[in-house]
Amino acid sequence: VLVNKKLILAHFWLAFAVFALALVLGAWQMFIRSPLGDWLSDPELYYRSLTAHGTVMGYVFPTLVAMGFGYAISESALGQPLVGARWAWTGFWLIVVGAITAMIPVALGRASVLYTFYPPLIGSPFYYIGVVLVVVGSWIWVALMSVNLRVWKQAHPGEPVPLAMFANVAGSYLWAWTAVGAALELLLQILPVALGLKSTIDAGLARVLFSWTLHAIVYFWLMPTYIAYYTVVPRAIGGRVYSDSMARISFILFLVVAMPIGIHHTFGDPQVGAGFKFVHSTFTALVTLPTLLTVFTICASVEIAARLRGGRGPFGWVTALPWDNPVMLAFAFSFVMLGFGGAGGIINMSYQLDASIHNTQWITGHFHLIFGGAIVIMYFAIAYDLWPHLTGRAFSDLRLIRTQLWLWFVGMIVTTFPWHWVGILGMPRRMAYFDFADPALAPQALSIIFSAIGGFVLLTSGILFIVILARGARAPAADAGAYRFSRAVHQPATVAVALNSHALWVALMIGLTVTNYGYPILALTLDQGTSVPAVYVGAQR
Amino acid sequence: MSERELFSFRNPYFSVSVGVTLAILVLTVIAGFLVLPYAQTGIKFTNAWDAICSAAGLPRRAAPATPPAPAGRTSEVVLTSSTVSRPSQESIGRGATLAQRCAICHGPTGISRADSPNLAGQYAAVIYKQLLDFRSGARTNATMSPFAANLSDQDVADIAAYYAYLPRLPAYHPEPQLPKPHVVIYGAPMRGIAPRRAIRSVPEGPTPRVRLGRTPQRHQRADAQHRAGADAAGDRRSGRILRFPTGGSRQIGRLKRT
Repeated sequence: VLVNKKLILAHFWLAFAVFALALVLGAWQMFIRSPLGDWLSDPELYYRSLTAHGTVMGYVFPTLVAMGFGYAISESALGQPLVGARWAWTGFWLIVVGAITAMIPVALGRASVLYTFYPPLIGSPFYYIGVVLVVVGSWIWVALMSVNLRVWKQAHPGEPVPLAMFANVAGSYLWAWTAVGAALELLLQILPVALGLKSTIDAGLARVLFSWTLHAIVYFWLMPTYIAYYTVVPRAIGGRVYSDSMARISFILFLVVAMPIGIHHTFGDPQVGAGFKFVHSTFTALVTLPTLLTVFTICASVEIAARLRGGRGPFGWVTALPWDNPVMLAFAFSFVMLGFGGAGGIINMSYQLDASIHNTQWITGHFHLIFGGAIVIMYFAIAYDLWPHLTGRAFSDLRLIRTQLWLWFVGMIVTTFPWHWVGILGMPRRMAYFDFADPALAPQALSIIFSAIGGFVLLTSGILFIVILARGARAPAADAGAYRFSRAVHQPATVAVALNSHALWVALMIGLTVTNYGYPILALTLDQGTSVPAVYVGAQR
Repeated sequence: MSERELFSFRNPYFSVSVGVTLAILVLTVIAGFLVLPYAQTGIKFTNAWDAICSAAGLPRRAAPATPPAPAGRTSEVVLTSSTVSRPSQESIGRGATLAQRCAICHGPTGISRADSPNLAGQYAAVIYKQLLDFRSGARTNATMSPFAANLSDQDVADIAAYYAYLPRLPAYHPEPQLPKPHVVIYGAPMRGIAPRRAIRSVPEGPTPRVRLGRTPQRHQRADAQHRAGADAAGDRRSGRILRFPTGGSRQIGRLKRT
């Protein structure tokens, strides 16, 4: 039963509103950088737009979705009204204020540093303060998730924590710890320079600290999607989760191995030793484990649904699935994109293979396919699934929803596959324009045109999504009942303490962070004379 | 099982998860810090600790080396934003008188009739530096060195101010004053036309270099050789001109701050 519907709706609406705005910017960037558009008279406009797009899509949008979905899970899975709803509103408003504080300097061109900050580039302090406020707002959510689970546990001693809440809290702990890296970078390194207290910055250390955040943040984005795989998809298509323990182990593995792997983002950086790069590369490879466990468990769960619906044969059951169900469709698209994106990710994390695509458009294609594709399409599915329970109104036009999902899938494939390809050809990322008249670049023009067209397909789909949600708010009232999650084939009566609590896994996560990040960060901190002069965005040259 | 027994080796979840994690960590550390460094060809380590330090990314300090002594005299000219900027009328007048002796080669109005460099409108800093270099011997020339030998600092600044004050010849390729067509500025990627910016690799705006417009080629070559040769030889004999055509003081401020 959802009590704080307004709170959850506010998070989702704000998330999707800023998402739509950032989507427009993204499409414009694809266009202006492609041969279809002229050169920009001012490349700074591109970086301004890119900063806004990245900041919204990377920090604001997924955080709000995770928070809104998290509150919904806490209330419906635990069956208790949210403890600390007033705090939750405080967190929400902190994010609103933070997002506005950050976006004003970006819009004015005072913080075109891209969402990854890139010191020694230094923008307006308000940009960084805004980002910090967003993170602080989300930490309130982390604390609330922990408190709500504790309250429930006291009332239900020895009972297994519902899978959705177990995973939700795991995701919140992952976020709390992974955000520390960027928080340290912002508070100790960037803000003193942005405020004018210092004029030099250790860019190498900043990059290592940011890598602490930058990879695990992806798994934080992924958490709502994985929670939906396990606890929404089987229920929505009439199946059961194949294994509750396997699900718990997957989320635990994400918690443990998502953190100590970020240095694979700095394979090209000289300030990090090759030994640590290798260790991080190996641990990144371990992330394939929870993903493969999930692929196996979810495929088995879906097969259960198909066989319950009368599916037969080794593969014939696929046709028995409810393909007209938007959640089914979104899930299938998500898995296809997760497959391609995951395969690309294995190339990125490999110390040797990465050399051929490091800092190329391949990387941009990769994270758009994984995040924009596999993850965001499940955010759509979550919204479609949850909306009737929040608004008390049912969607009437499932066909339109399916069209929206198809457009998103096709658009994302058309956008990202050529993107990967030009990356292999060597096209660098973070460029405001390319001279396609150059014979060396001319062969890439066609791929880039396709990619830009895909961007507009995505924009169309995004607008359609907002339209569907808005129309859903005006549909005739219909009681959707209580919001429920999938049940396992063998619903657990008791669960081992280790699989019912997070302490051990959080301890392992922190321990591995110390072993894998401790020395590089300490060495760079103690090494004097490695700072470089800050480059202030917009300063007169 | 209570929460207290979670962190106990009697708990199989604890022992297995900690054990497996530690095993993976130890194996990858051995591979990353010992096996792989030695597997690299072309790198010799004195011992295992050396290999570990290398893999950990421990920076190696370069051996302290004294910079090589320059082959000849190097330029000692120091230019700041106040050296030659905003000359007084008196300074220009004094410069005009002093420049009489230069007129035989460089022309009475700074436009040479003797195949010497045109100095009218030349940047003051350029003349200032060259004259001081001739005087100090950082640059030598059979004709110029004797002329510069007896000039005072003030004389040099005045002559520089005077020549900078003179109107220079119109540029060799005067820019058309009409607004540039769209296609010139932005190009037309679909038609294979590159923007002007891509063709002209030189940045827009004033450049802190010698004005060479209408300078006889012989002198352009000599000047270029003087600079390039010195740079290539690594002795930086000509030094570097720090010149800021506009907003000089702000630039100096930035340099100091950083």
